[in-house]
Amino acid sequence: MNGMIGFRTLLLKEVLRFWKVGFQTVAAPVLTAILYLLIFAHVMSSSSAAFPGVTYEQFLIPGLAMMSMLQNAFANTSSSIIQSKITGNILFILLPPLSHWNFYYAYVLAAMVRALMVGLGVFIVGILMADIPVYSALWIVIFAVLCSALLGALGMIAGLWADKFDQMAAFQNFIIMPLTFLSGVFYSIHSLPPFWQTLSHINPFFYMIDGFRYGFFGKSDVSVWMSFGVTSLAFLCLSAFTLHLLKSGYKLRQ
Amino acid sequence: MHAIDINAVNKRYQNLQALDGVSLTIEEGEFFALLGPNGAGKTTLISTLAGLTRADSGSLRVMGHDVVTDYRQARRAIGIVPQEIVFDPFFSVRETLQFQAGYFGFDRDKKLDSWIDELLTNLSLTDKADKNMRQLSGGMKRRVLVAQALVHRPPVIVLDEPTAGVDVELRQTLWAFVRSLNAKGHTILLTTHYLEEAQQLCTRIAMMKAGKIIAMDTTEHLLNAFSERVLKVRLAAALPIDLVAQRIKEEGAGENTWHHFAIHEYADVERTLAQLRERQIPITKMEVTEPDLEEVFLKVMHK
Repeated sequence: MNGMIGFRTLLLKEVLRFWKVGFQTVAAPVLTAILYLLIFAHVMSSSSAAFPGVTYEQFLIPGLAMMSMLQNAFANTSSSIIQSKITGNILFILLPPLSHWNFYYAYVLAAMVRALMVGLGVFIVGILMADIPVYSALWIVIFAVLCSALLGALGMIAGLWADKFDQMAAFQNFIIMPLTFLSGVFYSIHSLPPFWQTLSHINPFFYMIDGFRYGFFGKSDVSVWMSFGVTSLAFLCLSAFTLHLLKSGYKLRQ
Repeated sequence: MHAIDINAVNKRYQNLQALDGVSLTIEEGEFFALLGPNGAGKTTLISTLAGLTRADSGSLRVMGHDVVTDYRQARRAIGIVPQEIVFDPFFSVRETLQFQAGYFGFDRDKKLDSWIDELLTNLSLTDKADKNMRQLSGGMKRRVLVAQALVHRPPVIVLDEPTAGVDVELRQTLWAFVRSLNAKGHTILLTTHYLEEAQQLCTRIAMMKAGKIIAMDTTEHLLNAFSERVLKVRLAAALPIDLVAQRIKEEGAGENTWHHFAIHEYADVERTLAQLRERQIPITKMEVTEPDLEEVFLKVMHK
């Protein structure tokens, strides 16, 4: 019971931490996604549709929403942990009797809350700009929840591993950004040469975007079950690794 | 049951033996000082007690709870005021205290709110309660750290150099509050470089050097064993030869010379003064100095 209160408090603190700077953490990513949408939709308006009966603008919006969710889920946990480590206030959560499960759930759930708020923001703006069909709300929710949790866990790993902001920026710019941009947000992988198509299949972010998009159009580059399987497996592996790091006190307890 | 029970604890960082077989017990209700130069291992020992550092061997218990195997109960029983001033810049003082209480399993209710108000009052923070932590001065932030350590009502309180670089007013406020907590039965473990504070406040003292405890006794015994009362006099004439033998130290030169005589009991003062009177040597200045922990510390460290 006491552990439950501790977890709830940590979750509330993590949610308030990003909400108090909501312009930076929620509004700004939504605006960035809108700018992508305006620019790419305009530039690519003449390009052929990725799926039959789906315009480029319609195709782009779910991808942008998912990309924003992934980036913000990662940013939430990673920035919170690295900031706390560097300023030293991580002490406040290391001294109390919080378990590694409390840490994991609180940080990942807070990341999911931020990611889903950003995703919802992008989606709301998207439906004002284009007619977005919803083929399966269940798949949309499953991928939104699962992928934001996955990136929340990955952000925790990065936050625990990094000792300085420079390392964190490298993780974000050299791993997260390329993987999200090269995951088929802006294009269908069927439009790529065979080599790049094959390469895309080893990018787990591709399955996240493709599965999420399936929820809207009922069409995808690979089977939705395959995307679900890859994403679930990645989530389980990363969660297990995060929990192991937290339990061992990696870079937290000497 | 001991409030703190540390048994044969070792901790090594690469080439540095930070803790070398440290054992000590602190009883419930004690006001205990842990002294030592920088790098002696005081903060490592406190970190190990708090679960921030893991000992290589040995055991540590807080109110009977092992800090590793029963860490939840051990951490509930201890409140740590860290040496460094750290804060979360996103929150106000009140929010900071509410979160800290929540981490320890205290739900927000009237009882918690009134305890937070009491802490704020006792640490003169009431008018800062709704200010963001960033707006507070260094001294104020340190007061919040004290409040954070106490918000879950721990029976054992550890203060790691709490008055380093703070003004006189905070020191007085802090010590008055800590004394009142000790009077209510809280066990206090204090590390400080201000030895006069340790001498005034603590009933027992341990001194550490290079990861080892090299002296541990009651404050009174340590003072008596390593320091003494001294009668210091300045005279209008030279000290007679028979009294030179009694003198333990000479300080200064010419008419500014201080002659030091050891005082084991206050009757020794009268005896020395009588001898000077008999020889009709006028005293121009006189002082009696009490045993001094600083002197004890220096002697123990250079033993």
